[in-house]
Parts: sequence; structure tokens; C-alpha cells
Amino acid sequence: MHISEGVLSAAILGLGAALTVCGTAIGLRRLDYDRLMTVAILAAAFFVGSLIHIPIGPASAHLILNGLLGAILGWAAFPAILVALMLQSVLFQYGGFTVIGVNAFNMAFPAVLCFLLLRPLLSRPGRMRTAGAFCCGALSVAGAALLTAVSLAWTDQGFLQAARLLFLAHVPVMVVEGIVTVLAVSFLYKVRPELLLFAAGPEGGRHA
Amino acid sequence: MFDEPFAHGSSPVHGLDPRVRLAMAGIFSVCVAMLREPAAAGAALLLAVVILALSAPPMKQLCKRVALVNVFIVFLWLTVPLTMPGAPVLTLGPLTASREGVELVWLATLKSNAILLTFLALVTSMDSPTMGHALNRLGAPSKLVFLFLFTYRYLHVIADEWQRLLTAARLRGFALRTGMHTYRTIGNLLAMVLVNSFDRSGRVYQAMLLRGFQGRFASVVRFKARRQDALFAALWLIATAGLVLMDLFPEAFFV
Repeated sequence: MHISEGVLSAAILGLGAALTVCGTAIGLRRLDYDRLMTVAILAAAFFVGSLIHIPIGPASAHLILNGLLGAILGWAAFPAILVALMLQSVLFQYGGFTVIGVNAFNMAFPAVLCFLLLRPLLSRPGRMRTAGAFCCGALSVAGAALLTAVSLAWTDQGFLQAARLLFLAHVPVMVVEGIVTVLAVSFLYKVRPELLLFAAGPEGGRHA
Repeated sequence: MFDEPFAHGSSPVHGLDPRVRLAMAGIFSVCVAMLREPAAAGAALLLAVVILALSAPPMKQLCKRVALVNVFIVFLWLTVPLTMPGAPVLTLGPLTASREGVELVWLATLKSNAILLTFLALVTSMDSPTMGHALNRLGAPSKLVFLFLFTYRYLHVIADEWQRLLTAARLRGFALRTGMHTYRTIGNLLAMVLVNSFDRSGRVYQAMLLRGFQGRFASVVRFKARRQDALFAALWLIATAGLVLMDLFPEAFFV
């Protein structure tokens, strides 16, 4: 999912950086330090979660979990994903200064969009929640793969087929990600429902 | 689990001010990302190799990291030359590689590795807390730096917790396979890690409030730029400007 440094054109890099700055500014403005600590530790949990390799048939893929992150954090997913990517670039050198804006936007924007659109479904019990959580997980990955493919294709027409292949390779991941999101969300509703109210505002998701 | 093998050393690069290193790596990355001439990109890669050699990294880990990061580049090499339309240079059975495709990926390979090696030399030669504080002094928003520092701090704790849960599941006979049972178990374990993390964040914040936290870090890290930092910054900027000139006026360099 990570695009390497030195591949994309200046226009795409600039656009990605500008959009990430806006998203992060919105996300940070809604957080006070009390909630910021929760975002930091949840971002660490997602960083660890994204290192999990799950077998899918003969291959295996790692979870991305941006959908679940969006469902819990809402707009705060932007700074959380940005920080997780910064740490990935420091610890594993995936991505760097110039491409981090594009990569962060590609992963965070679909997650926030899913949160905004599917939020009403998630708060209803039963089938609606299952469907909402599945869409949240699957569509966030689909959106991220699509945006990644578009960034490549807009850089140079020559990347078009490679971008198409990249998107198709993510289809099984979308399904698995949707399933894992459904199960994680239903677990959270049973065990710690206030965690899913975190994005609702300063009153939601407070510790008792 | 997440060791930083390049962070500690006694090379001349490790002695430079972290703020200067971050700023110089940033400027270099942005300039190299804009290059369009393979010759200029090649010169950038050469410059990156020189600065990396000066930072004296452990070779074994270096090769491993560089190979892993280049997986995406290998993917491009395997797809783009074969799928991009253009003048054929090589035909293997039904597959034809185009000249345009090879040129596009070759340029990306040079630029990508030039930026990567510079990043390894200048940025990964400091540990993450130092980087967080340096970013703060360079003007990054303090909430973002707070997030960065605490995410890093709890990464190790939460990775240990995940390992503990996974070990417990394995002891009960759990093995990763394709199927609902695996996905359900992973989903539940993951949610359990999130619940624990959420509870932990509440405890940590209360502990910080008890110690008088008011939304501001009193850092004990002091950065001091010295003469060698200024010298390095000047040389590095001149070299980077040279690369940009070489890209803008390629004729002037190859008469």
C-alpha cells in the first residue's frame, strides 16, 4: 500500500501534502490533551495491528485497519494515521518526507469518509451494525487502494496497468478486513461500548 | 521488537545537530523528488551513498532494510515496462518491454534510492524521541509531536501485549489458517488489545495529571548548532542546488 519515495510527480506529492495538512489540522483541533493520549495509544495499537499477517488462501496479507480506526476515532484518524506512518518511516524506512502526505491522505480520507457516512448504521444493533461495520472495513481499504492507484496513474500514464494490478491485489484484503472489522466492532460493543463513542465528542468515550 | 540499529554510533554524521540533519534531509528529499533527468538522479544517488558511508551504518541491517523497501520498486520493474506502450527494446516470448517503461522505472529507482539512503544516513541515525523533539523545535505543531512521542512510547508496550495474547491463544492450540475461525480469533484479540490500550491511556493520563502535566513538555533535550553544523548545511545545500541546476540545464553538464 505504501508508495515509495521518488515515484510520484511533484503535483501529486504537493496535493497529497496539502490535503493531509488540512485533515490533520481538523483532526487535531477537535482533540484536547485528555483525548490526545487515547488517540496516541490507539494509534500504537493500530500500528501493531497492521503488522499482523493473515493467511488468505495460499498467500498472506497484513491488515491495514484504517476502517476500524476511522470508526473509532473519526476525524482524529488523520493525525493518528500520519503519526503511524511517520513511525513506519523511522523504524522501517517505508516512505519518507515527500510521499508521507500522499500515503496518509490515501489511507485516512476513505476512513473518515466511511465514518461520516456509516456512523448512523454503526449505532444500531443487529444486522445494520454488522453491515455497517463490514462496509466500513472493506470500503476503507477499497478507497485506500483506489486512491493509491489513482496517484500512480495520474503521475504517469505508463503506471496505469501497474496501478490496476495493485488495486485488484487488494480485493481479497478488502473482504478479510471487512470481516475482521465486523468481529472487532461487535466485540467492542459487548465489552467496552464507550470506546465506540470516542469520536462523538468530548463527552463521549471519557474514562469513568 | 522495534530496534533502531542505525540510531547510535560515533560517526561524524551522528555528531551533527538533529535539527540540521532533519532539515537537510527534508530539503534534499523534496528537490530529488522533482528531478526529471536520470543523470541528475544518478548524481543524487552518488551524493546519498557518500553521506551514508560517512554515517558508518551496520552493513547487514542496512542491506536488509534497503532490500525490503525496494520491494515496491521491484513490483514496478515487473509490471510497468511490460504494460507501458512504446518502442520495444526486449521481447521474451509473448512479453515485450518498452523503452519508455524502462526509462520511467529506472528514473524512479534512482530517485527512490537516493532519498532512501539519505534518510537512512541523516534521519534514522537519531532515535525517535530525539526526532520528536527536533521536529518540535523546527515548528511542528506540539499536539502532533505529543502524539508522535506517546505513540512511540507505547508501541513497545502494546506489541508485547499482542504477543502475550497470541502466545496464550497458541498454547490453546490456535494456528493461523484461512477461515472464519482464524478471522474471528484475530478480530477478538485485536479488539481486546484496543480495550486494554484504551484503559491504559486513561491510567497514563491520570498519572501525568498527578505529576502536574499542563499540556506542555518540559524537555531536557538541548540542541546546540555548532560550526560543523553550519559547514555541513552549507556544503549540503550547495550540492543539492547543483543537482537542481543539473536537472534544469542538462546540456551545460554534458558538452
